[in-house]
Amino acid sequence: MARQRKPIPGVDPKSLIKDAAKLLPDQSRRFFLRGAASLGALATLTGCDIIDGPTAESALRVISNFNDWVQARIFNPNTLAPEYPESAITRPFPFNAYYSEDEAPEIDGDTYQLEIGGLVDNKKPWTLPELNKLPEVSQITRHVCVEGWSAIGSWQGVRLSDFLKMIGADTTAKYVWFQCAEGYSNTIDMPTALHPQTQLTLKFDHKTLPTAYGFPIKIRIPTKLGFKNPKYVTAMWVQNNDAGGYWENQGYNWFSGQ
Amino acid sequence: MTLEATSPVVMPAEGPVIHPIWVRVTHWINALAILMMIASGWQVYDASPLFSFIYFPSQIALGEWLGGALLWHFAAMWLLVINGIVYVTLGIATGRFRRKFFPIRPREVVRDLAAALRGKLSHDDLSVYNAVQRLLYVGVILAAVVIVFSGLSIWKPVQFKYLTDFFGGYDFARYVHFFAMASIVGFLAVHVALALLVPKSLRAMITGR
Repeated sequence: MARQRKPIPGVDPKSLIKDAAKLLPDQSRRFFLRGAASLGALATLTGCDIIDGPTAESALRVISNFNDWVQARIFNPNTLAPEYPESAITRPFPFNAYYSEDEAPEIDGDTYQLEIGGLVDNKKPWTLPELNKLPEVSQITRHVCVEGWSAIGSWQGVRLSDFLKMIGADTTAKYVWFQCAEGYSNTIDMPTALHPQTQLTLKFDHKTLPTAYGFPIKIRIPTKLGFKNPKYVTAMWVQNNDAGGYWENQGYNWFSGQ
Repeated sequence: MTLEATSPVVMPAEGPVIHPIWVRVTHWINALAILMMIASGWQVYDASPLFSFIYFPSQIALGEWLGGALLWHFAAMWLLVINGIVYVTLGIATGRFRRKFFPIRPREVVRDLAAALRGKLSHDDLSVYNAVQRLLYVGVILAAVVIVFSGLSIWKPVQFKYLTDFFGGYDFARYVHFFAMASIVGFLAVHVALALLVPKSLRAMITGR
């Protein structure tokens, strides 16, 4: 996947997209945990077949669900992600997705509307000029990728909790679900949606969000891993059922809090 | 009075118990947990390598891809940590750590290391650790403490941001976590090789005697 310019040793920026492809599980693999050679010896040692694919995978998913529960309890709504000076911003900030930058969706800002749905009083869609009139908040925070690398960026936009209250969202609902232009999606927990640093982002480094960083809307959540920060957002639904997400459905931990 | 002394351990004629049951059980659970953590950690590392010349082939890693490896890593961590807490608590409470690991005198470490390298270190009495063993066992326990806390600081750099700061910030903490892994792997290489060279030490960790 894309990475920061400050070279992480051993990473050829041009091969990033190939890396991304490599990280995807082989579609033909029904059970991605089967055949871990290193555990073969271990299984022999313990005399039990702990690497039986389906069993191991369902057990691991149960533990991952338990880890969601643990992380929701570790999450403190008042703990702020560290903020950094302008000089700390990673330039250029990496483009990062499961597709290459030239495949990123191009959205017409003039006709764009953010669709609102679910447990919300006012479901009127929002145009970009309307969103840009709302009070702006700003943050310089660290984006941490599930892969391990990190990059510091500068984001401006509307505090999501203010926006949710403004549109009359039921903030006692459990989830907020985001749909994106290219088919990506994310569901986040309501406490994270209401965190003071969770932002409906319209700008990067005080300039209109470029296509690479999610034009027209990114949801910036510094308390979550990067893949829980959707870009090219076209719809937001407040709801009580977990609609999952692009990566979560493939095995990344659902909560993925920081 | 220690737990070991009060435990109703049956001691037939074969000799005294070198490793009480709690040491053996926690040892083997730890072996399983640490192997799962290392193998899945290698797969996670490959998603964003810290060094251009270090890459772990997936044949020796666990999880097949980043998502699978993370599931293993964040499952095995519970086994490692809970077992580790039991081990360290009993090690301190029973006085075993104090009796077996200390004192560590530099002069004796040098002497025993020299003897070991000449192949002349005695293993007649498995119940007494030589100075090199003491140093390595205490060292690997400390490395385990570092790897758990640096791992926690990478997992939760916002919620536990002061811990992350303690490890030099998010990016630096990844290196700390890596080198703690490397030192544990180094320990394992020596530990396993010596256990195979002195099979009765392996037997003692299984049967207790």
